[in-house]
Amino acid sequence: MARIEFQNLGHAYRPNPASLDDYALQPMSMVWEDGGAYALLGPSGCGKSTLLNIVSGLLTPSEGKVLFNGRDVTLQGARERNIAQVFQFPVIYDTMTVFDNLAFPLRNRGLPAAEVRTRVHEVADILDMARELPRKASNLSADAKQKISLGRGLVRKDVAAILFDEPLTVIDPHMKWMLRRQLKKIHQQLKLTLIYVTHDQVEALTFADEVVVMTNGRVVQKGGPEALFLRPDHAFVGYFIGSPGMNLCPVSLDEGAIKLGSQRVTVDASTLATLKSTNGDLKLGIRPEFVRLAGDGEAGAVRAHVTRAQQLGNYQLVTANCEGHVFNAKMEPGLRVVDGPVWLRVAAPETVYFSNDERIAVRAAGGA
Amino acid sequence: MNKPLNQKAWLLVVPVFICVAFSAILPLMTVVNYSVQDIISPTQHVFVGTEWFRNIMTDPDLRGALGRQIIFSACVLLFEIPLGVGLALAMPASGWRASAALVVLAMPLLIPWNVVGTIWQIFGRPDIGLLGYVLNRIGVDYNYTASPTDAWVTVLVMDIWHWTPLVALLCYAGLRAIPDAFYQAAEIDGASRFAVFRYIQLPKMRGVLMIAVLLRFMDSFMIYTEPFVLTGGGPGDSTTFLSQYLTQKAVGQFDLGPAAAFSLIYFLIILLLCFILYNWMERVGKGGPATTGEDNA
Repeated sequence: MARIEFQNLGHAYRPNPASLDDYALQPMSMVWEDGGAYALLGPSGCGKSTLLNIVSGLLTPSEGKVLFNGRDVTLQGARERNIAQVFQFPVIYDTMTVFDNLAFPLRNRGLPAAEVRTRVHEVADILDMARELPRKASNLSADAKQKISLGRGLVRKDVAAILFDEPLTVIDPHMKWMLRRQLKKIHQQLKLTLIYVTHDQVEALTFADEVVVMTNGRVVQKGGPEALFLRPDHAFVGYFIGSPGMNLCPVSLDEGAIKLGSQRVTVDASTLATLKSTNGDLKLGIRPEFVRLAGDGEAGAVRAHVTRAQQLGNYQLVTANCEGHVFNAKMEPGLRVVDGPVWLRVAAPETVYFSNDERIAVRAAGGA
Repeated sequence: MNKPLNQKAWLLVVPVFICVAFSAILPLMTVVNYSVQDIISPTQHVFVGTEWFRNIMTDPDLRGALGRQIIFSACVLLFEIPLGVGLALAMPASGWRASAALVVLAMPLLIPWNVVGTIWQIFGRPDIGLLGYVLNRIGVDYNYTASPTDAWVTVLVMDIWHWTPLVALLCYAGLRAIPDAFYQAAEIDGASRFAVFRYIQLPKMRGVLMIAVLLRFMDSFMIYTEPFVLTGGGPGDSTTFLSQYLTQKAVGQFDLGPAAAFSLIYFLIILLLCFILYNWMERVGKGGPATTGEDNA
């Protein structure tokens, strides 16, 4: 097991990057604690696979260092780093049995047969696959094959970390859930450092202790589910996490209030003071969970026009238009909402503000 | 499930059936027809039953040709398949080098059969051919028109030169279809270069290898033009293979009956051997014993 540390780590596929846009992974520093479960979350092409390949040693970063337990491994390959990886599509050795598949990494390292057998049986028990051991691996289902891939990592005692590259892509939905639970159990049991790449927020949030959100080659936030939900550091995190994502709307400052389009929205004094002290393009963000109907002219409310109210069982999703901006709101399913003009409270204690897409920390209570 | 019964649907198969009938079944039936008759002239023929078949089966010329044919095809597979796999493994995976290698490799495949024969016929001549001349100058007594061994080796080398690229191209395509993740996993698992070949590349090439083996077997079993141009089947009958034997019978001597009988036997031999080869490879690839033989209980 290892504590993984990045020092000013960055990668550009072309030499001599001129601007930050040239980086597939913009320089950053970060620490992943030993035994932690981390998820790399972001849309396709955000650089999460680049970061994963740098951790696994399949890719040498163009700048910065990777440290495992304080030891510089930047130039080492996957083999010397002792990491294990589970790929998007199951990688198994078709001609071998399940047993031979699991034994393969150990035999390659020249372990005695008796020890190989003990380890393989241990891992098969953990994975619930003891009965499948004598079977041909190629005849198994996709989820069983992914478990074998994972097992090939688990059999090695010295493994520094296990990396997962969107491992559930080809798995049936209900098996996904089972596998995630099993993975969680294995993590608690063995205290391994696990790194999990995905573009699925539910997967990331249920699996990981901490989620690293990435976009355009940049790490925009690292934090637990609650922080990502309530205090997104970047407008992208707000928009990307949650379903639907955070409502984001450009605002401007006015005398004693903020302006959303042509409407004045009153906010509390400390928030206003904080906003006044920043410069840059301001954005207001509020989660659909916190938008609610308000009385006429109530503080923090705006006039909007409901365009759709959709019953979704345990809540109704109300879509409204305010000055050309769309606001989604999750409301009680029993609440009667009809298409037409309403007041919506958008400046609430849960509302966050962004300056040039970075979250502004509001100093006094009540803000963020 | 409830499948609707619609006998009229058979009509949809009729066009295909007619095509196949005219292209394959009718000609084959003509051959069957010939094989049981003695064709004396276009208007005169007598039914002879299985006589031609009995004659053919006991013909020592046929037995000789069949024996040579089997040895030749076995040699072709033995050399061309490993060589083709080796070439495919050695070829660059991408970039201009890969394109260049592909073009060079495909070159022999583009040359017509009889030209291949002519090329080697000249190439091997002891007086003016580069190969023959050089060999004789360095003291090898090489003459494919006089020595059966030399003739054999020349025909075999010619076939290897002509057709190994096909095997290599097929294997190359098979290799390129292996996702990078397999190599990365093998690297992580600490696999040796040989283990990568044995447990990843070879199993993944199984499908294309099967095609390569079958194609090369069938083609080499039917080889005609190249040895005909190169040696004419000689010296003696040392390089007379089945096709040439058949042609001599059918065209040279106009023994249509025996030739037809032999064609059928020829066809059945190829079918049978392909069937055996296919099943053998299928079993080796899939249901074979656990590869590393470790006690799995």
